[in-house]
Amino acid sequence: MSTDTRPAAPAPVQPRGPVRVERRLPRLAPLGLYLAGVALGAGLSALTGSSLSSTVVYGVVLGTLAVFLASRLVEGRRKATDRLVTCLVTTAFGVAMVPLVSLVWTVLDNGLARFDATFFSNSMFRVVGEGGGAYHAILGTLVITALATVISVPIGLMTAIYLVEYATGRLKRAITFFVDVMTGIPSIVAGLFAFALFTLLFGNDVRLGVMGAVALSVLMIPVVVRSCEEVLKLVPNELREASFALGVPKWRTIVKVVLPTAIAGLGTGVTLAVARVVGETAPLLVTVGLITGTNLDPFDGRMATLPVFAYYQLTQPGTDTQAFLDRAWTAALVLIILVMALNVVARLISRFLAPKTGH
Amino acid sequence: MTATKAPSEPRSQQAVRRPGDRIFAGSAKASGVFILLVLAGVAAFLVSEAVPALTAPAEDVPGGEGLGAYVAPLVLGTLLGAVLALLVATPLAVGIALYVTYYAPRRVAATMGYVIDLLAAIPSVVYGFWGLAVLAPALVPFHVWAADTLGFLSFFAGPASTSGRTMFTVGLVLAVMILPIISAISREVFSQAPALHREAALALGATRWEMIRMAVLPYGKSGVIGGAMLGLGRALGETMAVAIVLSGGAGATLNLISSSNPSTIASNIALRFPEATGLGINTLIASGLVLFVITLAVNMLARWIVNRRADFSGAN
Repeated sequence: MSTDTRPAAPAPVQPRGPVRVERRLPRLAPLGLYLAGVALGAGLSALTGSSLSSTVVYGVVLGTLAVFLASRLVEGRRKATDRLVTCLVTTAFGVAMVPLVSLVWTVLDNGLARFDATFFSNSMFRVVGEGGGAYHAILGTLVITALATVISVPIGLMTAIYLVEYATGRLKRAITFFVDVMTGIPSIVAGLFAFALFTLLFGNDVRLGVMGAVALSVLMIPVVVRSCEEVLKLVPNELREASFALGVPKWRTIVKVVLPTAIAGLGTGVTLAVARVVGETAPLLVTVGLITGTNLDPFDGRMATLPVFAYYQLTQPGTDTQAFLDRAWTAALVLIILVMALNVVARLISRFLAPKTGH
Repeated sequence: MTATKAPSEPRSQQAVRRPGDRIFAGSAKASGVFILLVLAGVAAFLVSEAVPALTAPAEDVPGGEGLGAYVAPLVLGTLLGAVLALLVATPLAVGIALYVTYYAPRRVAATMGYVIDLLAAIPSVVYGFWGLAVLAPALVPFHVWAADTLGFLSFFAGPASTSGRTMFTVGLVLAVMILPIISAISREVFSQAPALHREAALALGATRWEMIRMAVLPYGKSGVIGGAMLGLGRALGETMAVAIVLSGGAGATLNLISSSNPSTIASNIALRFPEATGLGINTLIASGLVLFVITLAVNMLARWIVNRRADFSGAN
């Protein structure tokens, strides 16, 4: 980004004399014209029966048009096209913000109703109407995600070490390629894989927490490999060579020099991988199922997990519909908070564990 | 084979191989090979559980007309939603990537990129909630309008759904979900466009857009295509958002806005699997195998395109 050169919008030095003077709009004119267009659009939509969406659409179209026409008249075709694209690109960014803001607002608005102590301390055991909570589901999610992490991190990290420190030739290319391909496995297919595997091992109709952990691992391993690989590549070769020169074996060099140097990045990568799978619903739906009570043993029958809990509260409400919907939205809110917290933790790890420079 | 058995060459020519090294290198390699085995295992176990559905007589498969007739409308629904999402998301994502890399004030550009990435962090089931509660009702007026004015197209033949839980809404939800994937990759390739080319274009008097058109877009084209295909792979396999928003289950139709829509493979599995028994499970796993093959093909193609670009730029 440091080499990023962007054209300075106003070129202040205007050549005098025989050179053709370049005509430009004043610096704030495009913005003013755009706002005028937006105001006109708002007025137009107020006349034709106002709604928020039509106001925004009319406003953006008229604002863009105003800037384009003014620039076309004053500055010429090329400059006008440039301003048009600037408007379009900025609009694209604004459009992408709409769903994000709307989603967060909706979840907060609906989810805060039941964001209380009961929700975090009670399970759904023998609850048919109001009350109840997601205590069992939150703990279930933590147990299954932790188990998936325990499976994925050693395999993923060792594979990353292999790719960076050892591998050469065809096997390296094959692993790199298929890890990339594995990133794209649909989550439901990972769930079906775990289901098929455990059905062959333990017979029909088996539902275990560990099945969910296996399914999540299939999704998590490639993410761990990719992020760890990127981080290990950043460790300077001089460190390895200095260690070798002191007669340290390769494996101790990796364990004592390479990994500690990269620990911040590794921590960040693993945390982001956890954040990616913690909200997965589909693989848990087909492997772990859902129960109303608290079961924390992943090797013994069905468990409750937060995403599946949210899904069933929304889609299969009981007679007291509103109570179920409230619980569903609160579960969604907790899920978002969980994912955001993991993202923040990942950033903190990379900030505070970063290798010290100098002593 | 211990380290004490020195090879015949002089010792100085070959590094000492300690047992610790062997164990460590061996377990690292084993992990790598294990991942390949897992991928092969995914295919193998799916096939083994799908075989009963493949060999069963046609009338025993749910629907009563054989596996092909069962899966075909689902494949159509899957492709319809994913392609619609791709058509909506790609131009937007390219715009966002250009905005973040070349238009936004430099001080806030990184933050804006991070905000877009937050879209990728939101769990898919929450997108489903939002699609059902906010987007579907909000799009009902558009459905009515489209049925009235665009009804001559088979995509908008109507009659318009009154709930908004249509393939069109699903396409838009999926578009929001794949937006961060496409824009992240586009952003990366755009920011890598050679500074010399960009500066040369500006020095010759190009406007910012002309610089982007001549120096950035040609360089980033294959990256954008690859990113779009990765987004397509994600949209094809998306389960919960579709399962919650779409009121599916009808036969094959191209109509995007009516209340009878084909379901998608993934959402059909999520909806039916918990209650399925016997051959029903095998049939669902067989449809999952079809989805696996489709997404695998799309992803391999995408990776091939992206990697080809990486090789090319690495040579510079």
